[in-house]
Amino acid sequence: MTLVLEAAVLGVLTGGVYALMASGLTLIFGVMRIINVGHGALVVLGAYLSFAASRSLGLDPFATLVITMPVMFMLGVLLQTVFIRPLKTDREALSVLVTYAIALGIEGLLGYFFTANYVQLHAWYDTASFPVGDFRVTYVYLFGFVLCLAILGAMFLFLYRTTFGASIRATMLNRTAAQLIGIDVDRVAAVAFGIGMATAAAGGVVFGITNAFNPGSHYDLISRLLTIIVLGGLGSLRGAVIAALIMLVSEDITSVVISPVWASFTFFVILVAVLIVRPQGLYGVRVRERL
Amino acid sequence: MSLLQVDGLCKRFGGVLAVDDCSLSVAQGSITGLIGPNGSGKTTVFNLVTGFIPKDSGSVSFKARPIDGLGPDRIYGLGIGRTFQLARIFPRLTALENMLVPVRRRGLRALFSRADWGHEKARAMEMLEFLEIAHVADLMGGALSYGQRKLLELGAVMMAEPELVLLDEPAGGVNPALLERIGDRIRRLNERGITFLLVEHNMSFVMNLCTEVVVLHRGRPIATGTPEVVRNDPAVLDAYLGA
Amino acid sequence: MSALLRQARVLKLGGIIAVFAVALALPAISPDPATTNIAVFTMMYVGLATAWNIMGGYTGYISLGHAGFFGFGSYTLGLLLAHLGIAAGYTPFLLVPIAGLGTAVLAVAIGWFALRTRAATFVIVTIAFMFMLQLLAENLVGLTGGGGGLSFPVPPWGGDYFNTPYYYAMLALATLALAVSWRIRRSKFGLGLLAIRDDEDKALAVGVPTRAFKLTAFVVSAALVGMIGAVYGYYVTYIYPQFVVDPLIGISMVLMVFLGGLGTLSGPVLGALILEPTQLWLAYNFGATRLYLVLYAAVFLGVILLLPRGIVPSVMELIERRRARAGPSGSTPAKVAAR
Repeated sequence: MTLVLEAAVLGVLTGGVYALMASGLTLIFGVMRIINVGHGALVVLGAYLSFAASRSLGLDPFATLVITMPVMFMLGVLLQTVFIRPLKTDREALSVLVTYAIALGIEGLLGYFFTANYVQLHAWYDTASFPVGDFRVTYVYLFGFVLCLAILGAMFLFLYRTTFGASIRATMLNRTAAQLIGIDVDRVAAVAFGIGMATAAAGGVVFGITNAFNPGSHYDLISRLLTIIVLGGLGSLRGAVIAALIMLVSEDITSVVISPVWASFTFFVILVAVLIVRPQGLYGVRVRERL
Repeated sequence: MSLLQVDGLCKRFGGVLAVDDCSLSVAQGSITGLIGPNGSGKTTVFNLVTGFIPKDSGSVSFKARPIDGLGPDRIYGLGIGRTFQLARIFPRLTALENMLVPVRRRGLRALFSRADWGHEKARAMEMLEFLEIAHVADLMGGALSYGQRKLLELGAVMMAEPELVLLDEPAGGVNPALLERIGDRIRRLNERGITFLLVEHNMSFVMNLCTEVVVLHRGRPIATGTPEVVRNDPAVLDAYLGA
Repeated sequence: MSALLRQARVLKLGGIIAVFAVALALPAISPDPATTNIAVFTMMYVGLATAWNIMGGYTGYISLGHAGFFGFGSYTLGLLLAHLGIAAGYTPFLLVPIAGLGTAVLAVAIGWFALRTRAATFVIVTIAFMFMLQLLAENLVGLTGGGGGLSFPVPPWGGDYFNTPYYYAMLALATLALAVSWRIRRSKFGLGLLAIRDDEDKALAVGVPTRAFKLTAFVVSAALVGMIGAVYGYYVTYIYPQFVVDPLIGISMVLMVFLGGLGTLSGPVLGALILEPTQLWLAYNFGATRLYLVLYAAVFLGVILLLPRGIVPSVMELIERRRARAGPSGSTPAKVAAR
């Protein structure tokens, strides 16, 4: 029983980072209606950037965020402007290919600079932990979780309390209507992509601390992130967060109760269940276009 | 004989009661007009009848058999066709191909038969000629003018020989000459035995064409009868002018 | 039919026959193993791209999980051969259709779930199912050999001749895929698929049974891909989960169709003929370094950003525009549907 509880707690803690990454992904979909299958690669990129910064500058991994988040934000704006904005027709389909190409390019570059060896971000307090009831919680997991909460909170505040945030939400609801009231949807899209990238940077740090990774890790990551946003409902931030927690807690409990090997299957089992019962996800909307 | 019977239909969207205990009857062989101020629920009734959105309560019967819960494709197969408010055709298919898409028979036949199997192509050309757009048969749907699209949409719907056709604003966005042609075609098709239910804002079009009129206001019918009767009904005037 | 149109038809038919004749005679024309190896893979992708196009190009539902069907077909044949104790030789080729059938059954199951959603979610679900298949291949060690891989019987013929039977097998499957794709295009079923692509709700409104049609296209597409995967497995004689349920294979076939022209018949063929040799060349020269991926990504991005509509439709449009400018036939430029 303690084992299950411990797994659940771990699930919540790691769920936080997936919630953060999934939010970025679903935000990008909501604003631009594109599926960024390169999101996993961007997280891995963030992890590697932090890795490089932390190694060469001797910084604590969390501290590297001061550098990596702005860098990734600007990279995001650049990528969106150069590769995604030019797509006029067949947007949804082509963007999948474009973002996949970006992912491949990133994987290739990372492999070139860092080789295929697995690395991991380290902090000097890596193994320190504190007791909670019968088990222990490692500090890094807790810090990571708090960081994710903080950034998610900041994102929600930005979206719901600022004017530009309102523009983003308006664009998500109805792009044409937003244009008609004078919102620069191109700029909104670029910023949204940038935000997505910045959250990927943060996610990358926490992911990199809690997992060993290499350039090829993005496949596993993106398949989970995509499943999460489908469960949550494409374009719903609330859905992404809740779905991430559900998925991760389920996975960790399955790992303990059944076996780690089959733990990854929980994602797919849940996905199939969702598709049967409620294909639009928890907070998605059944799309019936243009009636 | 009542071809289409709607009883107590209700539909709510969040806080808005779009269709409120709507009951109406479309007599076979008639051209029935469904009119009312904007927001009175006319298109919603269409969407409910043709299976595009699920109803909250009430029932819909076609030829005395209930058609609740069926999907739009099944309903078309039963003999009810519809057009849309903003004429919808398939832009990347030619006009002729647009005419050949509608499915008359279900089952394996539909799968393996050639697109212009049997007399389909001849019938399609005949209908295009009837609508006077045969000359654009090989043009892509996307290249057609709005008027041509409207006619094409009507023609395509007719391909499966429906008994009842729901027209959503057939006069919307068309010039007077074309309008007269559309009205004339509807009348001629009606003479061939096809029943029409149309939603329309153009009053003279409705009054000239329709044999029966139903007035909807805030989701429920407030008047029914011949155009003459409805035109002079004070409740109707109130709804239009007051709303 | 006008004389000009008849001439064009004859030319087109002649061209197709000529190309097919060359394809048929290729191993005789250029028998060295390096060339035939390229030929095997190129023909493989001609088939894959054409098969994928039946779903992605005609209905507009982009499946990024077809690599799953590819791998499933591979494993099916491999396991069949192992359990039935079939010796190597030409017999395994005869069992390929069974792999196709098995893949078709799988596709019905996956399609039933995946098609409950609209286009955007569909893409994601297909990706998810692909990874699920990969996981199963890795973890059902007793069945598939897991990460250790699965071996196929090694055929008795060898040397320079080794590739040739595989080439013909791939050619046969590619021809089958093209024939099926062509037949569908001309049928009412095909028109229905194209209608779904343009406006799915409108298609419903005119009686098209969209779910049944989409599922059928999906299953046909998957079965063909499964059969091609089976031949591939036999060709490489040893398969591993991540190399046969390989996202790169899945994305390559998609890219080829986009390059050639989505929904056209010749587009996927053209795309495969251009991209596969390029891919192999890149792998040969840069495969050792990680730069291979970067270069491939660059090619990828170039194709999509420069030729978003694909080669065949762009060329057809060019021809149409020139014809409209030259001849005063009175009709508007957008005359002929891209074929």
